[in-house]
Amino acid sequence: MNQPVELQPDETFVLNVGPQHPATHGVLRIKMEMNGEYIVHAETVVGYIHRMHEKMGEIKTYPQFLMNLSRLDYLGAMGYSHCHALCVEKAAGIEVPKRAEYIRVIMVELNRISSHLVWLGAFIMDLGGFTPLLYTFQAREHILDMMERITGARLTYCYIRFGGVSRDIDDQFIQSARDFMPYMRKELVKYHKLVTGNIIFKKRLIGMGHISPEMCRKYGASSGVARGAGINFDIRRNEPYSVYPELEFEVPVYDGCDNMSRYMVRMDEIEQSLRIVEHALDQLPDGPVMPKKAPKNIKPPAGDYYQATETARGTFGVRLVSDGSTTPYRMKLRSPTYSNMHLFDEACKGLMIMDAMAMMGTLDLVIPEIDR
Amino acid sequence: MICEKLKQALKPLFPAEETIPPVIVAEGEEPAEKTPTPQREAVIETDYAKCGYHLDIKATPEQLVEVVSIIDQNDFFIESITGVDWIEEGEIEVVYDFSRYDFDLCRVVVRTRADRNNAELPTITGVYAGANWHERETAEFFGINFIGHPHLVNLLLPEDSDIHPLRKDFKP
Repeated sequence: MNQPVELQPDETFVLNVGPQHPATHGVLRIKMEMNGEYIVHAETVVGYIHRMHEKMGEIKTYPQFLMNLSRLDYLGAMGYSHCHALCVEKAAGIEVPKRAEYIRVIMVELNRISSHLVWLGAFIMDLGGFTPLLYTFQAREHILDMMERITGARLTYCYIRFGGVSRDIDDQFIQSARDFMPYMRKELVKYHKLVTGNIIFKKRLIGMGHISPEMCRKYGASSGVARGAGINFDIRRNEPYSVYPELEFEVPVYDGCDNMSRYMVRMDEIEQSLRIVEHALDQLPDGPVMPKKAPKNIKPPAGDYYQATETARGTFGVRLVSDGSTTPYRMKLRSPTYSNMHLFDEACKGLMIMDAMAMMGTLDLVIPEIDR
Repeated sequence: MICEKLKQALKPLFPAEETIPPVIVAEGEEPAEKTPTPQREAVIETDYAKCGYHLDIKATPEQLVEVVSIIDQNDFFIESITGVDWIEEGEIEVVYDFSRYDFDLCRVVVRTRADRNNAELPTITGVYAGANWHERETAEFFGINFIGHPHLVNLLLPEDSDIHPLRKDFKP
């Protein structure tokens, strides 16, 4: 457990972590006030790659803004496009064919798996184990290849359009997705054998990095951070959208509030995402992937609309204020890591610096998505 | 269920609410135009399927902290804070989003407005510690002074910049 900090003001010093630090996975800086090896106070400094996507949202028309969404989170981009499309479709009253919605879900879930695989490899690398990264990237490559064939991009997709998706999936994709399921399940067993039972790994995760449910609530945490604190919260279940009510999956919840719980939640989520993809492929209806009259001029009626979805990193929300013109009046992007990262300052107090880095790994950070 | 509970808890703050006919925003026909003066303080039930939230609370800056405290007591978590610049009305609206972790779905939006030229609002960091970053972001983007904020410096913009890019009259 965390050691109590004995405050000795004359002995503290300030340590800068980042902005260029391998453990922060991006340009993130943390000013840490240290008492020996223990953190007394931390202040996160973000904004190094701020690009003002929200202003672009006000300048560009609705279709022009589509590609911005995948530049937020380069690992799980599909989920962000999905949320944006759902919000605009809700506002403008665009109907989406059933098949398109299923394809979206398949793509989002495959993307979620690939995102979690990068997280897993990078997280274990933070803890000092290099090997799993190579395994997870190998498995991820299968997903990227599959998605690249259909969407035309490996990371920054612009696949989800208003009303559907840009291209239909074909038999080859379905076959490779089906082949991927047993492969990935075998891989998961391998990861667990390789890492989860390891005594060093366990010592660094179990009981470390305490984040309480109350802290989650005060900061608005979601994804593995909330579910690792015993909160059964997943927008896919709590606020069903798309075709998720028709699909079978469980929401993994662990109540340890520690690094291990957050790790296990994400590991179990990979398995659940596989289930969703499998189930969605079984149920995949026939039909078009775009409505007959594809919407050209998108002008949602004046009003204030909100849509939240569960992305790989947590609750992503889009607030759209429309004034009835072809560009949004206001486009707010509520990013999940923003809230998850915010609680780091409070949660890392009293931890040793290496344990704080381990905890930061379990938050699953993607910095461009905080900075937007 | 929880929406009703919250509405009851908020009733003492909005005594005039019973006399106002329920106004549904974003309906297309804009019923707000029928009333000559837009209602400044009210708890409005909105159509969730249309807007994506259940309760729309219009509060004055003085009421804000109290409203947020009541929301906090009902176990809501803070989702986001943002602003909207209504330049024609000379006002900046600050929008607070709240939701809950359980299956009794209730999304709550709290809106409050400040004068554009002298935008000042009380901070809610005393109630929700997680409002800290959200308020800093809103402050730098819209030029709003959150009174009582513990550390109101730029978050995403460069630390020495003094621009408010999301104001509608912003010229780069």
